Amino acid sequence: MLHFSNFKVTGIALLMLVGVLFALPNFMREETRLALPGFIPSGTLNLGLDLQGGSHLLLSVDTDSVQRERLDDLTSDIRLALRGERIGYSGLSRIDNGVSVTIRDAADMEKATTALQNLAQPVSGSVLTSFEQRVDLNVENTQGQIFVLRASEDAIAASNTRTVQQSIEIIRRRVDELGTTEPTIQRQGEKRILVQVPGLDDPERLKALLGQTAKMNFHLVDQTISGYEVADGKRPLAGSRLVYTDTEPAVPYIIRRRAIVSGERLVDASVGFDPQTNAPEVNFRFDTLGGRKFGEVTQANIGRPFAIVLDEKVISAPIIQSAILGGSGRITGNFSVEEANDLAILLRAGALPAPMSILEERTVGPGLGADSVAAGRIALIVGFFAVIAFMVVSYSLFGIFANVALIANLLLIMAVLSGLQATLTLPGIAGIVLTVGMAVDANVLIFERIREELALDKNPIIAIDMGYSRALSTIFDANVTTFLAAIILFQLGSGPIRGFAITLAIGIVTSVFTAFVLTRLFVSLWLRRQGRPETLPI
Amino acid sequence: MKTLKLVPANTAIGFIRHRTIAMSLSLALVIASIGVFLANGLNFGIDFRGGTLIEASAESAVNLSELRGRLGALNLGEVQIQEFGKNTDVLIRIAEATGATDARNNLSAVERVRGELARDFDVRRVEIVGPQVSAELIQTGLMAVVAAIASMLIYIWFRFEWQFSVGAVLALVHDVALTIGLFALLQLDFNLSILAAILTIVGYSMNDTVVVYDRVRENLRKYKKMDLSELLNIAINETLSRTVMTSVTTMLALLALYVLGGEVIRGFTFAMIWGVIVGTYSSIFIASPLLMLLGVKRDWSGTQVN
Repeated sequence: MLHFSNFKVTGIALLMLVGVLFALPNFMREETRLALPGFIPSGTLNLGLDLQGGSHLLLSVDTDSVQRERLDDLTSDIRLALRGERIGYSGLSRIDNGVSVTIRDAADMEKATTALQNLAQPVSGSVLTSFEQRVDLNVENTQGQIFVLRASEDAIAASNTRTVQQSIEIIRRRVDELGTTEPTIQRQGEKRILVQVPGLDDPERLKALLGQTAKMNFHLVDQTISGYEVADGKRPLAGSRLVYTDTEPAVPYIIRRRAIVSGERLVDASVGFDPQTNAPEVNFRFDTLGGRKFGEVTQANIGRPFAIVLDEKVISAPIIQSAILGGSGRITGNFSVEEANDLAILLRAGALPAPMSILEERTVGPGLGADSVAAGRIALIVGFFAVIAFMVVSYSLFGIFANVALIANLLLIMAVLSGLQATLTLPGIAGIVLTVGMAVDANVLIFERIREELALDKNPIIAIDMGYSRALSTIFDANVTTFLAAIILFQLGSGPIRGFAITLAIGIVTSVFTAFVLTRLFVSLWLRRQGRPETLPI
Repeated sequence: MKTLKLVPANTAIGFIRHRTIAMSLSLALVIASIGVFLANGLNFGIDFRGGTLIEASAESAVNLSELRGRLGALNLGEVQIQEFGKNTDVLIRIAEATGATDARNNLSAVERVRGELARDFDVRRVEIVGPQVSAELIQTGLMAVVAAIASMLIYIWFRFEWQFSVGAVLALVHDVALTIGLFALLQLDFNLSILAAILTIVGYSMNDTVVVYDRVRENLRKYKKMDLSELLNIAINETLSRTVMTSVTTMLALLALYVLGGEVIRGFTFAMIWGVIVGTYSSIFIASPLLMLLGVKRDWSGTQVN
């Protein structure tokens, strides 16, 4: 147990050197660190949001709404297909998660089957395309002349993935507009998105930006009936519908269902100021097609109002003064500068493919983060020195060996965390402090064992040897259990808890290494210098 | 140099002899914990109950009743306000709006509280957990504790014998029950970090138990004819010094964290301190005496020392 070949000693020294190399950047000034040549590691510990301040948002994408829209489209596709083939049908309606239709004439059944099956399209982006061609629609004829059409599971999965990916793209554009550093935006689970934005002053603004779908459409206002009459229960013309303004009190408007131009045709939006009133406004520009369409409609409707509808709310309903031919326009409303700015951001970034809701928010202000770092650091230093002093008092020289190993242990934890670019959170710091207390355990086990062997009047060298070999299985078993707990914690964990689990797990591995290998090396080197000591300083 | 020995070299304390007292005490405490838990329930934090939590800090001491009045005027439903560490800091908890399906319904509540506080407070932390997420957190939390204990059961079974694994797991259940009982009794905030603490306690307590068991196994090989109660007692006494040493060093680190680590992790540290005390106690007084009750295979001649 006490023999170390030169080869082993070199290996241990090299490993420690690598550890120091990886830990070192944490103690350097920023400029020095960045000036390091490429082959030297320069990564530092990443502080978690709870330590540097920032916002963590868990969003849920309402993919069901996309599926519902898809079924609406399917319903009209079925109508067109059956009409095209001159097949009589009845009871075309949306059911639970599909569309049902009854064919009138049994003789048409074969034709209807073909027509309906032709509606199905191959699923794009499916992983399993090689053997059987997957289609997006299942056409079932379960009883009599009733057909039920449902989106296939592949199609739903592919569509959900597409929706979430598009949402991530839009969110990224919106968050980037806030000008923060290194936001993290990632998919989590099937239809969730995790947004982490460090160092944000105003999380409410972030939420306002993310909480809106930002679907903007331009509609003509239907003046055949007043909005108030419809609000009181009268029915508007077919092809028109009721929407309200976002003001307090809300004003009802009747708009034509069909949009003149949809928001997808916008290519740019920016904040401007009305030259007369100096009120903030949003300037926008359409693409060529949108601009042409807008020009045609405005030319034909001079003197009539049109409504700018954002997420089912009328934000402005100006009278068309003249044809707007240049493809650009402006929205004036009762905006503050910030509201105008946010609207411009939303229009530039584009609309979300589906509404989103915020499931979870955790925001830590920069002040609290800095306080936590300071408190964690002090606790670590005090805990560290308390343990070190206690070890020296209890085991004298061997205690010092254990303490050197403890310092090495802390360096290694830091090195691994920096090397893995893992995130250090406040519970993570707690994990390190706890490791300081528990890391000495392996050494305590060994030292106590050595004392026991010495008490049996064994020769010091034999006692040390026995101490190490007998404690090994105990150390192994005891640490595996804690390690298992750490792994389960990691699985369970969100953000901060994961940070704790990671430091705990790393701490276990490094503490076993430093106790069993490093202190043993020290003891062996010390024994070599001492020759054959009569008593041990333990 | 004279070294400090918290535990003298050759102790022969009759731990096993007093097992009936210890076991009765523990059984009573576990039953009491379950009773308190059923009667009081846990004071679940927003992680598990859903809702909004706001930590705010003022320049001078906060007048809680005045603040209560101000926030009460916002009509946000159930609002709890408590001091947080210092008399200038407060923790505000708003219950999730009933029937709400996402955290968005609380946004305006947060905004209104922020608006109200803006005048004299600095908002340091906001956490909003929707009911969907909190339900999942409860589920994964329970699963994690069960998975942790089950994995220990299997590992110990694999490395020792089934009696050891049952004994160790009963000791773990004891530790977890007493921790939950204490939190139910004191009505301390039970959140995700307390759950993390419980899992760490499971790991720590197991660590302690394994050390004693390891010595029991060794002694079973060494003293083939010795009376089991004496054999267990020797194993506990032999490892006592280590048990105390490690508990002390861990406790030193935990105390530093508790006193200096800040308010945010104080609940976590408190649970850990309690867990180390209970875990150390159960390794000595519960886990080993349980081996007496369960009986242990005496012929270990076929197994090898690792």
